[in-house]
Amino acid sequence: MPLRLLKYGLSRDYPVSGDIPATPELKPAYDVVIIGGGGHGLSCAHHLAKYHGIRSVAVLEKGYLAGGNTARNTTTIRSNYITPEGIAFYKEGVELFERLSQELDFNVMFSQRGQLTLAHTEATMRSFHLRAEMGKHMGTRTEVVDQKGVEELCPLINMDYGGPLEILGGLWHADGGTARHDAVAWGYAAQASRRGVEIHQRTEVQGFEVVGDRVQAVTTNRGRVACGQVLIATGGMNYDVALMAGIELPIRCYPLQAMVTQPLKPWLHTLVSSVSLHTYLVQSSRGEVVIGGGSDPYQLYSTRSTLDMKEHLAEGAVHLFPFLQGVRLLRQWAGITDMTPDYSPILGASPLANLWLDCGWGTWGFKATPVAGKRMAQTIAEGRVPDILKPFALERFETFRLLNEMGATAASH
Amino acid sequence: MKLLTCPMNGPRNIDEFQCFGPVRARPDPNATADRDWSRHLFRAENRKGIVVEWWRHVPSNYFFLAERDLVSNEIIRTFDAPQLRDRA
Ligand SMILES: Cc1cc2nc3c(=O)[nH]c(=O)nc-3n(C[C@H](O)[C@H](O)[C@H](O)COP(=O)(O)OP(=O)(O)OC[C@H]3O[C@@H](n4cnc5c(N)ncnc54)[C@H](O)[C@@H]3O)c2cc1C
Repeated sequence: MPLRLLKYGLSRDYPVSGDIPATPELKPAYDVVIIGGGGHGLSCAHHLAKYHGIRSVAVLEKGYLAGGNTARNTTTIRSNYITPEGIAFYKEGVELFERLSQELDFNVMFSQRGQLTLAHTEATMRSFHLRAEMGKHMGTRTEVVDQKGVEELCPLINMDYGGPLEILGGLWHADGGTARHDAVAWGYAAQASRRGVEIHQRTEVQGFEVVGDRVQAVTTNRGRVACGQVLIATGGMNYDVALMAGIELPIRCYPLQAMVTQPLKPWLHTLVSSVSLHTYLVQSSRGEVVIGGGSDPYQLYSTRSTLDMKEHLAEGAVHLFPFLQGVRLLRQWAGITDMTPDYSPILGASPLANLWLDCGWGTWGFKATPVAGKRMAQTIAEGRVPDILKPFALERFETFRLLNEMGATAASH
Repeated sequence: MKLLTCPMNGPRNIDEFQCFGPVRARPDPNATADRDWSRHLFRAENRKGIVVEWWRHVPSNYFFLAERDLVSNEIIRTFDAPQLRDRA
């Protein structure tokens, strides 16, 4: 047996193939430099190479691929937002996820099992009616369900009838789902590098050379790189990186924490989230229950966790599903999120002519990985912002045209 | 458990406090352009480094200030609101 394995391993018929090549030498210049090798940066690189024929592209990643929020997120994918601009954008994102495995020839394990958001108060029910009507109007599958509907969708849930947290109904979003986060990043990376995009890991952007209204080059720990166009897609570091280019984004950094339990047999068949409890749960395909919730209570540039927050998540989870009380936690972690005042991203142009922003993704950006990459690639290739992205412009804060998605984001991401 | 020292109640579990974000200079309503208003409303201090923030001890509803490091999370000192005016 070991001999046969060895023969197989050394055979010319089965050459070793990595998904992406090792980091090459940095060239002195690229047409497009993408800062950040998370899902967003890699998705943009893929779309530039495949759909716009732009292949002189370097993705500069200070650590390893997807090591930022991409591989820390709880993978909720949905479009049940409240503003028409937001819904239109996230709807395109969900549709791209529906075909993503084929697009990438890489199984991203997209599982469209629907998301159920719970209401424990009449006020929440009213906001659900509004979201459902907006969702239907925009062509998504979003509807309000009553108590019986909740019990049918999620038979094991504690309805707390007559109790202080009685579940009054829910928002059922049949388009909602999850996907494997690493696979999304690696699928884009593999496709992009196959078309000539260079992926530079352990390459940190440390400064910008700005002349007039243009970025001439970025400086990194591996040297200077001249660039035609530049995209900032650095997740939790977006404020910090934009500041190096002299741009102060309306972003504040907060840690966001999550955790998973030991694997259990399949019992939770939808995504479940509670606004009042600030807790959401989903069972992974391995059987682990992924539990997430609201952001930390104060700003911080750190991925440390706190016992307070983990206790809070456990409390919410055990309230909804009391039989989870004896279950052990397997892992827990945190990411730094770049929060905007209106819980919508900042996409498109910056005050510098050739610097583009894919920022302000806070606690909700994984679901937009395909659509943001597609639309930012279009923006960079054509040199102008497409209509679907215009509402997310940085200037909206100066013109007071905010896109308030706070209520539709708070506990569900 | 992380401790925060309230100028009135002494060291308490940080769980008992609520953070109200970085102190911002108040613009003069008669002499402020729209642009500066939007800055005041939507941009709060977020640089890596030390920030001065409003905090409240929730049970006693006491508001005060804290200097905190946004990277290490070290609380450098806490002080009463009138001292902020003295600093300015
Ligand atoms: C715990 C948690 C749960 C979440 N749950 C969800 C969810 O359920 N659904 C959802 O849609 N979203 C969720 N999010 C948000 C989501 O993870 C992010 O919005 C999304 O992954 C952002 O992707 P990105 O590619 O823009 O950033 P990232 O994946 O963070 O990638 C940015 C990359 O830039 C690199 N970088 C930073 N600075 C530099 C530099 N100077 N030079 C070079 N590279 C640099 C980083 O190392 C990093 O790899 C969650 C986030 C967290 C933390």
